[in-house]
Amino acid sequence: MMQESKFLQNKLGLMGWISGGRYGIERYAYTLHRLTGLAILAYFLLHIFVTTSRLLGQSVWETVMGFLKSPVFKYGEFLVYLAFAYHALNGVRLVLTELGFFLGVPKQPLYPYTHSVRRQRPLLILVMAAAAVIVLLGGYDFLGLAGK
Amino acid sequence: MRTRESTFWTWHLLAGLIILVVLGIHMSIMHLSKLLGTGGQPNDVVEWTLVKMRSIDFAFALMYVVLLGAALYHGLYGLRTIILELTLSERAEKVVSAFIVFVGFVLFIVGGYGTIAFYVLNGPVR
Repeated sequence: MMQESKFLQNKLGLMGWISGGRYGIERYAYTLHRLTGLAILAYFLLHIFVTTSRLLGQSVWETVMGFLKSPVFKYGEFLVYLAFAYHALNGVRLVLTELGFFLGVPKQPLYPYTHSVRRQRPLLILVMAAAAVIVLLGGYDFLGLAGK
Repeated sequence: MRTRESTFWTWHLLAGLIILVVLGIHMSIMHLSKLLGTGGQPNDVVEWTLVKMRSIDFAFALMYVVLLGAALYHGLYGLRTIILELTLSERAEKVVSAFIVFVGFVLFIVGGYGTIAFYVLNGPVR
């Protein structure tokens, strides 16, 4: 019986990531949180080996950095920065809601019904605005405008 | 009731908060260097002298090791959660968990060795 209920928990599988259904924008925020998390993890695993190469000395480090200065890696690194800004700020929202903040006090379900997802939506908008500011500042720096 | 999994989840949240602070500092140095003036001269944050200067600074070396541990735990625990949500068999779950723990330890040793060895070989203790 336990085994059966376990297999019913996630019958949508990865499809549940793609379609938000009635869960609204927070469901897509969840999907994006996972995708950015996986992207950052993939980058981080490579980053460990790249940064460890400094142990081999200046010439090896400069060769590696010269290779990584190509536009593909440069723009790729900025995409990682975007992913970090989103994942970090959305993560703050998730921690706050996990701890019960911004969800309101539990109350009798009286018509017209409100639900906790809507109550924490201003927080989602706030953290996304903060992420946008961080992205803009990073883009300003990335494009070299700050150094001019 | 507090289970082993809920403890791991709490660590995941705590690791996330540690990363937010430490990676926030790292990202400010690496990606907001021109804006904040943290790149120094010639303003290229990955230039060897700046990399060496940061790597032999105890605060930076400590920050790198803390970031390495917290990010590996947070990232690999997140990956494990995603994989286990695919409702694998109990045996497969154990194999996945063991593999992820193994990968985490190996990467922590590689990254930690790189940071500590560079600090010891080039830093003020030498």
